[in-house]
Amino acid sequence: MLLIDCPYCGKRPEVEFHCGGEAHIARPETPTAVEDADWGSFLYYRTNPKGLHAERWLHGHGCGRWFNALRDTVSDAFVATYEMGKPRPDRDATAASTSSNA
Amino acid sequence: MSQPFRRPSGGRIDRTRPLSVSFNGKRLEGFAGDTVASMLIASGQHLAGRSFKYHRPRGILSHGSDEPSALLSVDWRADRGAGYRDPNNRASVVEARDGLVVNTQNHWPSLETDVGAVNDLLSPIFVAGFYYKTFMWPRKFWDKVYEPVIRRAAGLGEAPEVKDADRYSNRHAHCDVLVVGAGPAGFAAALAASADGEKRVILADEGAEPGGALLNDATSTIDGKPAMEWVVESVATLDARENVVILPRTTAFGYYNHNHVCMVERVSDHRADAPEGLARERLWQVRAGEVVLATGSHERPLVFENNDRPGIMLAESVRAFVNRWAVLPGNDLVVATSSASAYRTALDAKAAGMRVSIVDIRLEADCGPELTAAQDAGITVRTGHTVIRALGGKRVAGLVVAPIGTNGAIGEKTTLACDCVAMSGGWTPSVHLFSQSRGKLSFDGELDAFVPGTSTQAERSAGACRGVYDLAAVIADGLKAGGSGAGGGASAPEATASFTGFQPVRVLPTDADASKVKAFVDFQNDVTAKDIKLAVREGFESIEHVKRYTTTGMATDQGKTSNMNALGLVAGILDRPLPAVGTTTFRPPYTPVSFGALIGPARDELFDPVRKTPIDPWAERNGAVFEPVALWRRAKYFPKAGEDMHAAVARETKAVRTHVGIFDASTLGKIEVAGPDAAEFMNRIYTNAWTKLKTGGCRYGLMLRDDGFVYDDGVVARLAADRFHVTTTTGGAPRVMRHMEDYLQTEWPDLDVFLTSITEQWAVIALQGPNARKVLEPFVTDIDLSEAAFPHMTVKTGYVCGVPSRLFRVSFTGELGFEVNVPADYGEAVWTALYEEGRKHGITPYGTEAMHVLRAEVGYVVVGQETDGTVTPDDLGLSGLVSKVKPDFVGKRSLSRPDMVAAGRRQLVGLLTKNPEEVLDEGAQVVDDPAQPIPMKMIGHVTSSYASSNCGRSIAMAMIEAGRERIGETVFVTTPAGFTEAVISNAVFYDVKGETADA
Amino acid sequence: MRRFSLKSLLQEAASGHQGWERQWRAPEPKKEYDVVIVGGGGHGLATAYYLATVHGVTNVAVLERGWIGGGNTGRNTTIVRSNYLFDESAGLYEHAMKLWEGLSQELNYNVMFSQRGVLMLAHNHHDVISFKRHVYANRLNGIDNEWLSPEECKAYCPPLTISPDIRYPVLGGALQRRGGTARHDAVAWGYARGADARGVDIIQNCEVLGLKRHPDGSVAGVETSRGTIGAKRVGVVAAGHTGVVMGRFGLRMPVESVPLQALVSEPVKPVFPCVVMSNAVHAYISQSDKGELVIGAGTDQYVSYSQQGGIQIINHTLDAICELFPQFGRMRMLRSWGGIVDVTPDRSPILGKTPIPGLFVNCGWGTGGFKATPGSGHVFAHTLATGEPHRINAPFSLDRFRTGRLIDEAAAAAVAH
Repeated sequence: MLLIDCPYCGKRPEVEFHCGGEAHIARPETPTAVEDADWGSFLYYRTNPKGLHAERWLHGHGCGRWFNALRDTVSDAFVATYEMGKPRPDRDATAASTSSNA
Repeated sequence: MSQPFRRPSGGRIDRTRPLSVSFNGKRLEGFAGDTVASMLIASGQHLAGRSFKYHRPRGILSHGSDEPSALLSVDWRADRGAGYRDPNNRASVVEARDGLVVNTQNHWPSLETDVGAVNDLLSPIFVAGFYYKTFMWPRKFWDKVYEPVIRRAAGLGEAPEVKDADRYSNRHAHCDVLVVGAGPAGFAAALAASADGEKRVILADEGAEPGGALLNDATSTIDGKPAMEWVVESVATLDARENVVILPRTTAFGYYNHNHVCMVERVSDHRADAPEGLARERLWQVRAGEVVLATGSHERPLVFENNDRPGIMLAESVRAFVNRWAVLPGNDLVVATSSASAYRTALDAKAAGMRVSIVDIRLEADCGPELTAAQDAGITVRTGHTVIRALGGKRVAGLVVAPIGTNGAIGEKTTLACDCVAMSGGWTPSVHLFSQSRGKLSFDGELDAFVPGTSTQAERSAGACRGVYDLAAVIADGLKAGGSGAGGGASAPEATASFTGFQPVRVLPTDADASKVKAFVDFQNDVTAKDIKLAVREGFESIEHVKRYTTTGMATDQGKTSNMNALGLVAGILDRPLPAVGTTTFRPPYTPVSFGALIGPARDELFDPVRKTPIDPWAERNGAVFEPVALWRRAKYFPKAGEDMHAAVARETKAVRTHVGIFDASTLGKIEVAGPDAAEFMNRIYTNAWTKLKTGGCRYGLMLRDDGFVYDDGVVARLAADRFHVTTTTGGAPRVMRHMEDYLQTEWPDLDVFLTSITEQWAVIALQGPNARKVLEPFVTDIDLSEAAFPHMTVKTGYVCGVPSRLFRVSFTGELGFEVNVPADYGEAVWTALYEEGRKHGITPYGTEAMHVLRAEVGYVVVGQETDGTVTPDDLGLSGLVSKVKPDFVGKRSLSRPDMVAAGRRQLVGLLTKNPEEVLDEGAQVVDDPAQPIPMKMIGHVTSSYASSNCGRSIAMAMIEAGRERIGETVFVTTPAGFTEAVISNAVFYDVKGETADA
Repeated sequence: MRRFSLKSLLQEAASGHQGWERQWRAPEPKKEYDVVIVGGGGHGLATAYYLATVHGVTNVAVLERGWIGGGNTGRNTTIVRSNYLFDESAGLYEHAMKLWEGLSQELNYNVMFSQRGVLMLAHNHHDVISFKRHVYANRLNGIDNEWLSPEECKAYCPPLTISPDIRYPVLGGALQRRGGTARHDAVAWGYARGADARGVDIIQNCEVLGLKRHPDGSVAGVETSRGTIGAKRVGVVAAGHTGVVMGRFGLRMPVESVPLQALVSEPVKPVFPCVVMSNAVHAYISQSDKGELVIGAGTDQYVSYSQQGGIQIINHTLDAICELFPQFGRMRMLRSWGGIVDVTPDRSPILGKTPIPGLFVNCGWGTGGFKATPGSGHVFAHTLATGEPHRINAPFSLDRFRTGRLIDEAAAAAVAH
């Protein structure tokens, strides 16, 4: 069972959390202006990396806050947890905003 | 049975506390401190079971948890009735106590005479993987003939037949350092780690008594004192430290992510005096800052013909039985070894009075000081010898040995008569937990073993589990491992030099036809060296393939004694370095763990505890029949004497339309959406528009996921400009809350909104029917209930029965309706008051079944029944609820995807059977032409179907391809017997009379 | 290929089994193949087998990063059934079922396909509707599936508790009698042996690192840990690692890889006659021929390539198992393990073309791939041989994630599969 460092509460066992999948996938500003294929990408396509993965977690049985985490999907070790809206810690802010629009 | 093989004195047993257990109906005697294995040996009984495949007689191989052969069915509490028996217990770890009833397994008619032993004669056919090559003809015979026979022959013990009568407990713990294994390395680590009083230390060991290998050791000294004295002192030191917890009988079986180590503690099985109700086992879930693994090592058997005969044991186990349990595994012992350590067994056995000789595979020049020690003690040592085979059947009777010439030729054979063999092929570090922690193993050629390499988690290995075997070095290693965690630095004590070093040997040299002899690698699964050779010959070269093809290492001991021999054998045949063949990844558990321990308290009433509403006690008192809905139980109907569900529901639904019904709607999910941007938030989450909803107004809301499919629905009330009271489906409450929080926090953090789950805070009492207002009126003082002042789809706050309430004028039946929300604590009282008053007006409590019928009569959908996660608003005929004006809401973009607007989607319609009495099956499929060939074209399915007393006929809702264009057409619907005819209709079946919901 | 038979077995028994030949060769990779299949699991090997036997395409290599059958093929709970709801899925899984029914004879390898029946238990009203919907749909699709009362469930599976007093009482069940189990390893080995005998090269310890493309963008071959291998067509069948392989080819896929755990008990004498699945409580169970209770658990919630999940998943599954079968409380977990399953948004596989000409993909089987092995291989072989999907796998295109034409069995049934 993972031990997750909630940025608001500290380390807590995984059973208190809900994983919300990949992070930094920005919902298009104007969905109606997006092509079907791009909308499909937004809905369904994920990077699914073998290695560092930025993902969303909800501390549902705790503070109720969503936050992001960077975790190695091979070792399952967390590299960092960070508040929503902050850039991915292993990338600078520009790179993060570019990738989120990918 | 008496104890002819019990030594007159010594051993870590309490001779003042004699005890007996029942073994195959016979009385077996022993003392406190014994295991069933040591009692069997004391009585001279070595035959302890039959093997898996060949039903060969098997004895006791080991003294520990790696025992593959002596597996017993144990009834732990025969005196307390059924429910305490389980199979496949290792005799070597079952602690003896009065009252145990143990039986051997896998034989018929008896252990001594087992018909299954005929398999041993047929063994030339039953080689590895033989079943893949035959049993294929005729085809039907596999299911009916071959497989049943194979299944009956396989398996070990008999599964328990009745419910487990024991209970189990569960404990979560945190510590700074968890030390696994209380042998010399573990003790040293725990001592060092706990020197800092701030460090919380847990020391866990699978044995009944701490000490590890030192428990078997009669001769070693530490700092000049007998080794066990050091153990006793260490225990005393640790006991005195308040920061230390010592857990004996506790097996760390699983090393999971982030230093989450799971252990099972045997709490009561060993206690004859265990009070009833005391937990049998306790699951410890430890989150450790650091873990020190001091899990020791496993001895390797030697692989030679008939090496499985009862009386042939691991050398260290012979030493353990002689010293720790003071039993002699025979009178005449041959120690067959390629390892120095076995000499200690020879010396101790000799000292205990056994006649002993040693056969050493190693050349004299390769031996160490152990050789002189043995010779000095007058033990004959044959170096450079191999074991050709063991003699005897149900007990070893002799060992045929021969010198190995310089060219490998087998010399003249000698038969050594014996009744016990102590064998050792060297040692394998127990790297199971390290491997489970995802540490990377590395192969150490010097040690001929895989040892811990790169760590993935915060752990360190110490002592024999990383190939350190000398006692003084082991203790020093343990101190270091514990010390680096705590910063302490005790100096390492002096200790007797251990006999260490061994020559790896996979299969002993022999001149016999290797294709004929049975030399066992995996004892329990009856895998021989020739099976492994066959597998390699057939192209199974990865060790994982060999394991799976031969089943070596897959028995209940999970290959603890066999893995290295198998690996080495494969590497040898392929002439590859051992690591190139691969190592197996160790998986939890280290030793088998009872389901009971894993479940812990989560059973009976604590398995998914039932959620009950505040009104549940009233329903129970009034005879409700309940049904599970998500985690809740809800009253399904309230039968009167003699009524079945059909009759009760007919009465309840009728009463609602003619008088008034009362319904517990408390399970509905409820969320309060508050804040300056609440309306904007609602606009984005729901398909419909909220800005124009006036304070005090209610609106039915439809919620999609971003993929455009219906997610949830419910009535929403605007309590204030900045405050909405949202209701959700019963099952949907948690996920809707999560869904809303997700969008609020991650997509629209700029919105100033707060969400609060209020499901548990409000009891909801629905009054539905023409008399609803009459029932309510006497209890309301500050709310005008008149139609004009309080129209349908509005909400007011005030007092009901003097209780602050949110009163909704809403209806899920089509009738005049109110939903009274009161604080949960008042729910039952208000319900009771309303019900008592309602009796003047024909009030009838109704349950979920009637609720479903009533809503279907007026065409209301239930999300989760009419929808299944593939349904759009338009499919439900609800496109009117989808705002065309809002630039965006969750799901909007998806609604214009090609398939979402394609022709021919299934649409919600009604279905009326030709025979009005006939009630369709929910889930039934709809076709146009029942005569078409299979596979048929299905055009829809029935989602809801009821007998409606109000309609005077059956009604059904269905999703049918382009259904709305086909109203009036006849279709065919499946029934258990075939098809029936039905006509597509509008999905509203009942025309509400009088003052209705929509009046 | 030397035929397996009772006769050959007896002959060999007499001579110490010295005469058995390798079941498949260990060839060096050739410079070029007509088809390269990436992934030596059951699906990949079956694809190679049917390419050779059905389409006569034998210049084929199967490239396996580790050892064949070592991924989800060797890690699943071996359940085979075809009682899927939607026509598309029913067609695919029933196609597989028909092949299963003759597979041992076809391959001359006993895959121990045991039609002991798969019983899916309904514990609430929603289950009842859902399973009846399946039963009726299956019947019209020519797939056996029948509705049983609780008493009939008990008669079919005597260890089952049908007491109304348990937490989620059994309200009935859907039984597919033709469903059952098979020996997972044997499926991989049988296909490997059959393919090898027809000239297919099975190359183990060969990791695919990249894609070679012609100037026009079409497939030219693959870069591997054992050098460049040319290929006219490439089929990726890499299960949990599909995303990784396709990533190396520069493509993203609508799949995520998550741990799925399973466990076995110690072996006991026959006590459990069929397969029981209970999606309301997230558990499925059968007993292997060896005697172990084989129990499947749910997936962990996060992406991981670790083949390890949390113990809370196992605990939760056993809670449910012991609620339905309280007599198993004293059984012991012998071994637990995890696989990496590639899950698509609609829990249905992707079988067909990719945006790169000559590159095809077969993935996204999630928790239910084993049962489809023969059918998946059969239609994927057709796709690779002809360059176009078979009628059966045409609906399982990547394009459905653009159009919204999902095949959402999970939404329809909320059932593990």
